[in-house]
Amino acid sequence: MFSLHLPRERLLEAYRTMQTIRSFEERVITEMGTGDIPGSTHLYAGQEASAVGVCMHLTDEDYISSTHRGHGHCIAKGCDINAMMAELFGRVTGTCGGKGGSQHIADLRKGMLGANGIVAGGAPITCGAALSAKLRKTDRVAIAFAGDGAMNEGAMAESLNLAKIWMLPIIFVIEDNGFGEATANEFVSAGSFVRRAEGYDIPSAEVDGTDVFKVYTAAGEAIERARAGGGPSLLHVHVPRYYGHYSGDPDTYRTPEEKKIMRQEQDCLIKFRNKVSVEDLVKGSALEAIDAEVIAAVDESVKFARNSEFPPASALTTDVYVKYV
Amino acid sequence: MAKISFRQALNDALRLEMARDPRVIMMGEDLTGGAGGNGVKDAWGGAFGVTRGLLGEFGPERIRDTPISETAFIGAAAGAALTGMRPVAELMFVDFAGVCLDQIVNQIAKFRYMFGGRARTPLVIRATYGAGTRSAAQHTQAFYPIFTHFPGLKVVIPSNPYDAKGLLLQAMRDDDPVIFLENKMLYDTMGEVPDGSYTVPFGEAKVVRDGKDVMIVAIGRMVKIAEEAARKLQADGISACVIDPRTTSPLDEDTLIEFAEEIGRVVIVDEATPRCGMAADISAMLADKCFDSLRAPIKMVTAPHTPVPYAPNLEDLYVPNADAVIKAVKSIIER
Repeated sequence: MFSLHLPRERLLEAYRTMQTIRSFEERVITEMGTGDIPGSTHLYAGQEASAVGVCMHLTDEDYISSTHRGHGHCIAKGCDINAMMAELFGRVTGTCGGKGGSQHIADLRKGMLGANGIVAGGAPITCGAALSAKLRKTDRVAIAFAGDGAMNEGAMAESLNLAKIWMLPIIFVIEDNGFGEATANEFVSAGSFVRRAEGYDIPSAEVDGTDVFKVYTAAGEAIERARAGGGPSLLHVHVPRYYGHYSGDPDTYRTPEEKKIMRQEQDCLIKFRNKVSVEDLVKGSALEAIDAEVIAAVDESVKFARNSEFPPASALTTDVYVKYV
Repeated sequence: MAKISFRQALNDALRLEMARDPRVIMMGEDLTGGAGGNGVKDAWGGAFGVTRGLLGEFGPERIRDTPISETAFIGAAAGAALTGMRPVAELMFVDFAGVCLDQIVNQIAKFRYMFGGRARTPLVIRATYGAGTRSAAQHTQAFYPIFTHFPGLKVVIPSNPYDAKGLLLQAMRDDDPVIFLENKMLYDTMGEVPDGSYTVPFGEAKVVRDGKDVMIVAIGRMVKIAEEAARKLQADGISACVIDPRTTSPLDEDTLIEFAEEIGRVVIVDEATPRCGMAADISAMLADKCFDSLRAPIKMVTAPHTPVPYAPNLEDLYVPNADAVIKAVKSIIER
């Protein structure tokens, strides 16, 4: 399979990024318990292979937009986890100076155009980033990450159409974790996402989002096409969601049994470890070393956040305009 | 200086800035009008002819006719602005903000703040507004109070050709998102306008007419109504000053306060409906800042709290007119 074509360094990088997302999110859960992270967060744990398999093809020059569940996309796009954790804690050293929080986390220097509190809100904006890349005659691409819920928003339908008629270098990555908030996707979605894309003549595919190699392959094809001027694609990526919709969600609409099976059978990290050991690509000790480094890095991010100041009171009224009066 | 229409002044501003700055692109419905048809490619030049001729000069990469998908193209303009372009998007009627308000108020207005000051969104959304075209309730509203409400947006409402050109050039050079509202009834208004580029700064009210007995504050098309009222009042021996804020966000509070304190009587004319409108907003500000200088209650002349009606006689009653302004002025002069 595709794993054989990836150099060892890239395999380790994929693992490190997935493990960083997992550890970051699990640490966020712990820190939420202390009451020191304000509000709520939407966790990406379980979905790591999707963000990582896609973003491994990107550089800082490429653009992504994200959803409520944005931490994983940020990490996969190379955002600094110290600044991210500080943002979640509402500190001035955060990615957005403590003004955006989990739901609006963004880093434009990394081409990360923002998590979004509005379902499908990022899709039109990402079309614009793709248009900008195209008009400036670059080979940059833009990725609109969205959830299954976003596929039932008008903004998404409009964006798919616009992306196709303007042949924009954009890939819609629809991460279907089975639930829009607490309602099952199959309860609210007609037809199929892939066939909806086909209706717009947008190349599309269903992808097993628990296997980073499969995501990497499908995304690679779509991104290559977009860079070459071949227009938009849509990937319907099936992923598990390990926690509730948000950090305070008791998640009683799924049974304990199904959640247990999900973690046993659909874990992208377990699958990765099994695959690379069967194919003897990477020694287990190398992965364990990465695990330790990742935990230390996440520890450090929490220390960084806790040692950082809240924004000064004067920050309340700054950053509204570049210049107002 | 040539005498040109409000419409031509806007067209000139767009042309000059597109020629000067390759980052300026335009998108909207029927900006050219005729795309994909077998006939004239630039048949409409916008529903009101404001963008006529730009296609020939700048081509379809920069003058982009869109599907009727306001969310998609307003959002795309935002994304392009975030990533280095300077788009001008056109909402054919401001009423269509109803289907893309999320992009305007939740996304565009908030990027800079949510991202801790690390985003610039140099975007202009041009839109027509206002009653008077016998188009009933959904193509006629004066939405500017809604946009003025949102931090992060600037709101510009020109009342004459000179300001239209200078304010639009300023809007296109501004680094913040600007909602630029054009009253449909003003497109044929003529006025003297310089040929080249110039800008009119935001947040600087214009004293349209000086006077000592009453200050009439008016916005957009209402400036003409206020001037008409002022002329008629002059015949009755009442000297009315007319002030045009030109932008409702930022609002030139200093000038309004200065004149209100000096004159002591204030009438505000607003084409929007009265609740949470600009008249209410400016009244509250003046009552707060210069209550002790006021010699009479502040009077608001606005549309009624109704949708815009269709029947011509009703629509004519809906839009504030000079008689209504005169009546409001006299009610406080004769106290």
